[in-house]
Amino acid sequence: MRKQETKNVITELETYLESFSEFEKRAAGRNLPWLRSLREDAFARFCQVGFPTTHDEDWRFTNVSAIARTPFRLARNGFARVSQKELGPWRVAGVACQLVFVNGRFSRELSSMGNLPVGMKVNGLGKEIAGNPTEIEPHLGRYVDTQRDAFCALNTAFTEDGAYVHIRKGAVVEGPIYLLFISSAENSPSMSHPRNLIVAEEDSQAIIVEDYVSLDPGPAFCNTVTELVAGDRAVVAHYMIEREHREAFNISTLRIEQGRSASVTSHSVLLGGGLVRNNVHPVLMGEGGECLINGLFVGNGRQHLDNYMLVEHASPRCDSRQFYNGILDGNAHGVFHGRIIVHKDAQKTDAKQTNRNLLLSDEAQIDTKPQLEIYADDVKCTHGATIGQIEEDALFYLRSRGIDEVSARKLLLFAFATECLDRMKQGLVRKHIEGLINHSLFQVANTRAEARANSRKDEGRSWEEMG
Amino acid sequence: MSLLEIKNLYVEVDNHEILKGIDLRVNAGEMHSIMGPNGSGKSTLAQVLARRESYNVTRGEVSYDGKDLLAMKPEEAACEGIFMAFQYPVEIPGISNAYFLRSALNAIRRHRGLDEVDAMDFLPMFREKLKLLDMDEKLMNRSVNEDFSGGEKKRNEILQMAVLEPKLAILDETDSGLDIDALRIVAKGVNSMRSPERAIVVVTHYQRLLNYIVPDFVHVLVNGRIVRSGGPELALELEEKGYGSMEAGARQPAPA
Ligand SMILES: Nc1ncnc2c1ncn2[C@@H]1O[C@H](COP(=O)(O)OP(=O)(O)O)[C@@H](O)[C@H]1O
Ligand SMILES: [Mg+2]
Repeated sequence: MRKQETKNVITELETYLESFSEFEKRAAGRNLPWLRSLREDAFARFCQVGFPTTHDEDWRFTNVSAIARTPFRLARNGFARVSQKELGPWRVAGVACQLVFVNGRFSRELSSMGNLPVGMKVNGLGKEIAGNPTEIEPHLGRYVDTQRDAFCALNTAFTEDGAYVHIRKGAVVEGPIYLLFISSAENSPSMSHPRNLIVAEEDSQAIIVEDYVSLDPGPAFCNTVTELVAGDRAVVAHYMIEREHREAFNISTLRIEQGRSASVTSHSVLLGGGLVRNNVHPVLMGEGGECLINGLFVGNGRQHLDNYMLVEHASPRCDSRQFYNGILDGNAHGVFHGRIIVHKDAQKTDAKQTNRNLLLSDEAQIDTKPQLEIYADDVKCTHGATIGQIEEDALFYLRSRGIDEVSARKLLLFAFATECLDRMKQGLVRKHIEGLINHSLFQVANTRAEARANSRKDEGRSWEEMG
Repeated sequence: MSLLEIKNLYVEVDNHEILKGIDLRVNAGEMHSIMGPNGSGKSTLAQVLARRESYNVTRGEVSYDGKDLLAMKPEEAACEGIFMAFQYPVEIPGISNAYFLRSALNAIRRHRGLDEVDAMDFLPMFREKLKLLDMDEKLMNRSVNEDFSGGEKKRNEILQMAVLEPKLAILDETDSGLDIDALRIVAKGVNSMRSPERAIVVVTHYQRLLNYIVPDFVHVLVNGRIVRSGGPELALELEEKGYGSMEAGARQPAPA
């Protein structure tokens, strides 16, 4: 392994400069002055800040030098390489619509727009930037931190396409709005920067799913940003599913801006990816808002799954709940960093954070870190973290009733994961996710039993072979 | 051939010799009681028979139904008809009691070449057994043993036995900590399971249970050895004289 850079230099600056100047010449909305300066400022900021190192407190447990030293180039739109048939396994029946993005670009042809209910609009962000910029301008780039966050700056610099979802005042959209992000490999390392904007106006309701998948192996870097604006009393459920292949780098930021009495739930389910960083950053701007942040990460092999929560209470009487469960096997490394900032005026804040982890092998690792910054005096903040193993007593109890070892392990893992599933509302999305988790845990249970049977000879390799 | 035949069994836990040469024969249709003071090795014997892997058998043989029990995994023993009611039933958050019991039943049914029971048919099939043990159906939707009272946990063990219909049941201090009403219910459950095809071994610390469940044979286990074996009257003698009198007592052969 190469030594970690201690300074935030961008070793591949040349490549980024080239990519950016090419991008600027042809990108949608290049004639819009506000967008141009948004991109340019962000790019300049990215060049100044550079990729974070482990000396950076927010990145202490996650080394991104593998991203920093790879000369990624913007992925071309890979529509031609993706056929409807290939999409078969990724289709989800019963959703309101399924928008398909290949390497970050919206494909109308591959998408199924269904019968969209009145009061909502979904489209590729690029198309809206071109055709409807006045609707986009008030929101795009207003919420994420491009000053200090290199990945958000980089995404903003290359902002061109992604999903635009607009739910009008009072509209209730019952079916899930499903956004499928496919990365399709190219011959050289490629990057994409999907940018999503979700605006749920006052009193509206919606369910959004972001699903990240890979079509084929190959080094790919997906750096995605979603800005979610929940107006007063809006009720929004957001799901993020990461199930890319093991060579994928996935950095995602969900920035939520919540109005008065708005209720937002964020569910993250990380099952795939090689190096994954999942940032969830709600700001409770309006009084009486509530936010539930729920997550499950399941890692094995050499996966690195980092969850960075930043919950900002900026108004009085808001509730936030963070629950993250991690299951780690093989040489996997998990991180849970739960930061809560209670601003001066946010009296009567009620913030809670729980992170529970199961480590299934001696080599698996978890770093869990609460970080509370409280500037108000009348608040309730609690946090807790546990790290444990599958209990041998429970395993024996199940087996002594006739349940075989793999099934018993799977049952216990599933019981642990169920805590997260139970926080999702009953319905299509939960069922879909339950299936994915089930599949993933079966693999884990199976390999674990095998590893035990093989009396611990070279566990690491058998994990990789599982794929 | 006996259903269970233990010959000269030595068992270590964490390099600590706990069972020191156990001999025991149990035939189908019989009810045996193993009594002994705390720490004498009763649970160790029960767990070994249920095939707990951390218990290390250093010497001896156990044949069950003509097969080598010590070669079986816990789930294999269970599928072959061994059931051990835990002295301390385990709480498993996140798995419902109904799901657990149905999974266990189906695992055993598959092994026996029977069709699986689906969720729809499951509860109705066992209403009667729930009633026999005076158990609320609602307990079935709760997580396995989680927040169950001591009595509920013990009854849950007996319920599992009633549903899984083992050939050999070993009940490890199922009576401990039960009030007299709960004890009667548990005893009723156990008695209802008596049959010519089934053997039951009741491990107990105290003879009270034996007022309700009358064993054919009583064995006294002290310090890892069976020091006396006899009929039901042995329990009464114990009650009167205590275990102290037994330790020095001549070892009598287990009944065939
Ligand atoms: N894990 C262990 N390591 C060492 N000694 C143990 C362990 N478990 C039980 N023992 C000892 O083994 C003996 C028998 O225990 P047990 O079978 O539970 O007795 P009983 O059920 O008759 O009360 C006791 O002395 C107990 O302290
Ligand atoms: Mg005991």
